[in-house]
Amino acid sequence: MELWIDALIVLLILTNLKLIGSSRLSACIRIVALQGVLLGILPGLVNPDQMTLRAILLSAITIVFKGMVFPWLLLRSMRTSSVRREMEPFIGYSTSMLISVGLLALAMWMGGRLPLPIPLKSPLVVPLSLFTIMVGLLAIVSRKKALSQVLGYLVMENGIYAFGLALALKEPLLVELGTLLDVFMAVFVMGIAIFHINREFDHIDTDLLSALKG
Amino acid sequence: MKMIFILHPLGALLLSPLLLGIVNRTKAFFAGRKGLPLLQAYYDLARLFQKSAVYSRTTSWVFRAGPMVGLAAAMTALLVLPIGGGAACLNFTGDLIFLIYLLGVMRFFTVVAALDTGSAFEGMGASREVQFSILAEPALLLSLLAMGEIGESAIDSGIPLPHLSLSGIYAGLSFSAWMHSGTVLLLAASALFIVLLTENARIPVDDPNTHLELTMIHEVMVLDHSGPDFAMILYSSAIKLWIFGALLAGILVPVRSGDFLLDGAATLGGIFLLPIGIGVIESSMARLRLLRVPQLLSGAGVLAILAIVLVLKG
Repeated sequence: MELWIDALIVLLILTNLKLIGSSRLSACIRIVALQGVLLGILPGLVNPDQMTLRAILLSAITIVFKGMVFPWLLLRSMRTSSVRREMEPFIGYSTSMLISVGLLALAMWMGGRLPLPIPLKSPLVVPLSLFTIMVGLLAIVSRKKALSQVLGYLVMENGIYAFGLALALKEPLLVELGTLLDVFMAVFVMGIAIFHINREFDHIDTDLLSALKG
Repeated sequence: MKMIFILHPLGALLLSPLLLGIVNRTKAFFAGRKGLPLLQAYYDLARLFQKSAVYSRTTSWVFRAGPMVGLAAAMTALLVLPIGGGAACLNFTGDLIFLIYLLGVMRFFTVVAALDTGSAFEGMGASREVQFSILAEPALLLSLLAMGEIGESAIDSGIPLPHLSLSGIYAGLSFSAWMHSGTVLLLAASALFIVLLTENARIPVDDPNTHLELTMIHEVMVLDHSGPDFAMILYSSAIKLWIFGALLAGILVPVRSGDFLLDGAATLGGIFLLPIGIGVIESSMARLRLLRVPQLLSGAGVLAILAIVLVLKG
């Protein structure tokens, strides 16, 4: 059982690395979708004894939203803005990969030092969530295309979800659903914003937006 | 020293050209051809050894020493290489670094001999080889270290094998080690496989069939060698493939029954299955663009680092 949890967590770490090291936007969107599905499966493996109907429902909703709805929305806005690749990010792909390995070590170190209220099933869940949050932030600050930044935001949210999964077992259903709805609205609004940025400027590079201020 | 330990280096010297034949036959099968005979590499070697070498006037002794040093380094590496769980002829503390340095010596002399010809073409190949090896070597070292951590902790303390030696590491990589930390071993094995493809000039990185194309790396460096020199290069590359095959088969076939012959036979089977895998990859993939190769290799490095981090954490 522990082997499977470890394998899943390593797979999640690899999805993060793939996201940060890949230039093709459709591949990035698919990898984030995969990450969402894996995150939906994770609670069933980590806490199999607490799989109530509520928890199963929550996992199912997570998988549907993060694995299907968001990727579909993002792929649609990718097609409408006719962007295929992230060209010339602020930090190159190999460099960001090396940086994220450094971040992984940092997350492992922090995860080991964090005093936790309850003992965890796997010691890797907290480092994984910290690492995912950091990778999301890195994607937001180092990429130019609005679409990649949305992906970074989604990955960050995934990290927070994983953290909640590790600690807040009795988190109210309403809170979880509310977060999911917030993220859904955010992706929806960002999709519309990307569409408008694209229509106005013929590209979705965000680094030039700062020139707009008066 | 038991005589049985000598069997592996001798077997490797005899059987390693067969691996090239298996790769070629697999590729021929996928292309719908009949393909070269399985023993073609032996015929090539015999033919080349009978010829005489031609040396350009611009070359010096370095050019002549290159293939010999390469072959000698590859043969020496066989001495520290364990097959399966069985100990190698030589084992001492830290011999995995010795193995990596022997491979380094081999590459250094190939590169220096290529530069010695004064050909711009070969210089380019040498530059690429060195550039990729900078990335491939750490990945190899780190994945061996990650495996070492696991193998050492799983090893039966009754066996007197030196600390951090390849024989000790591989003796511990049993089936129970896989059950305990399979993810780490899988990560290390995938990093090792990418390094294998790079070091042996296989397809996602280099194309062994393109003798006169600008994109090639390894083949371009040996263009000027002829006759016995080229035979030595061919032979040492076959041995190199054997070395990496044995390293990889040692992880992927975790049969450690304690019976030398059974373990050896299982690992030997793994070594001979590996060229089939390489042939499948060569038939189904295109070579990566040259700019993408460092990305692939740093990916291998990242996998190895991830394995190390997980080992230290777990």
